[in-house]
Amino acid sequence: MAKLIQFELNGKKVEIPLEKDQTLLWALRINFNLTGTKYGCGEGYCGTCTVLMDNEPVRSCGIMMEDVAGKKITTIEGMSVNGKLHPIQQAFVDHDALQCGYCTPGMIMNAYGLLLKNPNPTREQIVDEMEGNLCRCGAHTHIIEAIESASKKMKV
Amino acid sequence: MKNNTYYRDEVPENNPTFEVDRRDFVKLLGGGLFIYFQLGEFLTGVAAEAEQQRSVPKDYNAFLHIGEDGKVTCMIGKIEMGQGIITSFPQMVADELDTPLESIKMVMGDTELCPYDAGTWGSLSTRSLGPAMLAAVAEARLVLLSMGAEYLGVSPEEVTVENGVIFIKNKKNKKVSFGELTKGKKVEKFLEVKPNAKDFSEYKIRGKSFKHADGIVKVKGEAMYSGDFRMPGMLYAKILRPPSHGATLVSADTSEAEKLDGITIVRDKEIVAVLHPDFEKAEAALAKIKAEYKFDEMKVDDKTVFKHQLEFPSESRVVKSSGDIATGKSSSDLIFESEFHNSYVAHAPMEPHTALAFMEGDKMVVRASTQTPFGTQDSIARELGLGLDKVRVIAPFLGGGFGGKSAFRQAVEAARLAKLTGKPIMVQWSRQEEFFYDNFRPAAVIKITSGTDKAGKISLWDYHEYFAGARGSDTIYDVPNAKTTSYSSREVHPFATGAWRAPGNNTNTYARESQIDMMAAKLGIDPLDFRLKNLKDERMIGVLKAVAELFGWTPAKSPSGRGVGIACGFDAGSYVAHMAEVSVDKTTGKVKVIRVACAQDMGYCINPQGSIIQMEGCIMMGMGYALTEEVKFTGGDIHTSNFSDYQIPVFSWMPKIQTKILDKNEAPQGGGEPAIICMGGVLANAVFDATGARLFQLPMTPERVLEAMANKK
Repeated sequence: MAKLIQFELNGKKVEIPLEKDQTLLWALRINFNLTGTKYGCGEGYCGTCTVLMDNEPVRSCGIMMEDVAGKKITTIEGMSVNGKLHPIQQAFVDHDALQCGYCTPGMIMNAYGLLLKNPNPTREQIVDEMEGNLCRCGAHTHIIEAIESASKKMKV
Repeated sequence: MKNNTYYRDEVPENNPTFEVDRRDFVKLLGGGLFIYFQLGEFLTGVAAEAEQQRSVPKDYNAFLHIGEDGKVTCMIGKIEMGQGIITSFPQMVADELDTPLESIKMVMGDTELCPYDAGTWGSLSTRSLGPAMLAAVAEARLVLLSMGAEYLGVSPEEVTVENGVIFIKNKKNKKVSFGELTKGKKVEKFLEVKPNAKDFSEYKIRGKSFKHADGIVKVKGEAMYSGDFRMPGMLYAKILRPPSHGATLVSADTSEAEKLDGITIVRDKEIVAVLHPDFEKAEAALAKIKAEYKFDEMKVDDKTVFKHQLEFPSESRVVKSSGDIATGKSSSDLIFESEFHNSYVAHAPMEPHTALAFMEGDKMVVRASTQTPFGTQDSIARELGLGLDKVRVIAPFLGGGFGGKSAFRQAVEAARLAKLTGKPIMVQWSRQEEFFYDNFRPAAVIKITSGTDKAGKISLWDYHEYFAGARGSDTIYDVPNAKTTSYSSREVHPFATGAWRAPGNNTNTYARESQIDMMAAKLGIDPLDFRLKNLKDERMIGVLKAVAELFGWTPAKSPSGRGVGIACGFDAGSYVAHMAEVSVDKTTGKVKVIRVACAQDMGYCINPQGSIIQMEGCIMMGMGYALTEEVKFTGGDIHTSNFSDYQIPVFSWMPKIQTKILDKNEAPQGGGEPAIICMGGVLANAVFDATGARLFQLPMTPERVLEAMANKK
């Protein structure tokens, strides 16, 4: 019998068998069919797989499932409530802050983690925190503008 | 058909797949009006430009369906990879048809539902497929008007249409909507298309800015990329890869891998694959395979590649020639000789190549990240010995392409394994595989001998392009004695190379614009003045003047110490000019880009916002090949394996970006690539202006900048 682990996923208690060497990224994609979290590099360099673990942005490709037990995980699918976009998602739409969209969920989750920690970031702080999230299409300026605008909207 | 295998030159004249397909999508779309177009000369034109090798189907191709709900479904064989045609094509269709933008639905990149398309590349969608589609839509509008007139009991001349509603002129209450017209019917119309589209002055939706139509699904994480599809019994396949492109598999011991739970090993010709429902378990099993190889490496690496290229036997052809080189030499006051080098670079899309393949009855269905769904279909059909009608390829959203997904090895691999096992197979490349099997932008050498006369006019231009690709190699300047020679060889590279965003043109524009700057500097003329003095093409002059105004250019001879540079060029039918400001850390050699301005003349711009985003993307991405991106290798062994050793542009690099699109009532041109071509040249010229050091090799790494500064005397 595989050992079961429990954690909170997008606000719900969940339980899955602990598989040796399974990472959070592939548990999300395969066990839970939450495919908004993307594989990009598998080694934590690109940020496409970013999710929140206890409100901290983490690279899910490098998080082992045994370390997820008892934690609170938030993925892109947990961001909109009753079909209403989260202010960061809305800001990405409003600022056209994407092209191919593959890096977008990771960008939004990383930005969410940043804004939870620091609701009033300066532009420099945003750039600094987003540095490890790669975008090949070059939507960078729009992404920064979206995060700046979301930080203002989230306050009210 | 003699057998069930297609080869490129054996595709039957009347592509038999169409009859089957049409029934399928009539079933899929239900009732309504189906409009099939015979594009004839239009599609031939599209095809010729893309140099496609498959004969164009002579039967009717479907383009439009107008449903009972008034929804218009537009089927095109292009794919969406972030370039934004999912936004701009509906603008064109809605405008031409006089129907609301919201009523347009796009079906893209599905070989079964969409008409043949050679591939999404070369910034061709709008400028080449666009006119064909608009002509078709204009025909459809006439059909609808005539149906509407009949419904209203008047002659077609008496009706007009707005917002998808046909009404009698001056009697707006006598009306019928597109949806009502088709209600309860299944009408099929077969049209031959002639150019009949609207004039620029009639455009209402075109020319206005719209945000990405796919924005909402993408921010919700609901946009489906190839790797996001799931099927019962689906297995991930990890395939044994050689350590080098020069390696051949001698033996593979899979005994340890076989011991793992739930693992299936497949061996088929050169493929050794492990299958498992879980990606990571398949990866772990793959790591247990002990393989031996024999090596036959080409004796070349990233340092010796340029010498290797110049010594390699190649075929030469004269791309363009005017006047006489000897006359040019004798009439020149100053002669400039240079050799420029450019490195191999990777496409590195955020989504690695991915494909899901499965059998549906006797048909192979493949969802793949590919820029060429029909080319993928051809290859799979050939590889599996199936008819084209038994292979369906669907390209869902692509997580970037940039030319790299014109290659589709992963889709063929998935299809082979799915056929062998009878199971749905997902092949999702790791980042290491993505770097290993990328069709890199070729490393290249450019040699230029140029001359100026006493009046400061360019009198000689002898340009030799080795392995870059000829696109953009022709001088854009007005030179009486000019010749461009292109050298090519299939065997010069130790691994695969291919089209990389604006292929050829990045290297050629870098070399040409650097050489122009060197002449201006030597003559002590402001580099903008020197360009204007030597240009005749009004549209090129137009973008240079526009960018100078945008940037606030003040004339000075270079190097001025300010760190400002210029470059201009022509790509995909569009004219671009860039200006940039950089600072160079003289102790470390690190280049920081402070701002970049770009003016673009792309003819009529369908979606200004979308086009500006493409320009900004080009500027961001282009900084990479200019400053850091370089594939390291020894023979066929690619040392670059992840983003840790391949630096692409990141947030802290963001310069201030200024863009301007010139208003033009001319045929729309390409917008996905042009603004990237100047990035090497404009930054090299800005680095020279800052330091007085000329960089003859891209990328301009800190070491190379320091070296150039040390050598500048």
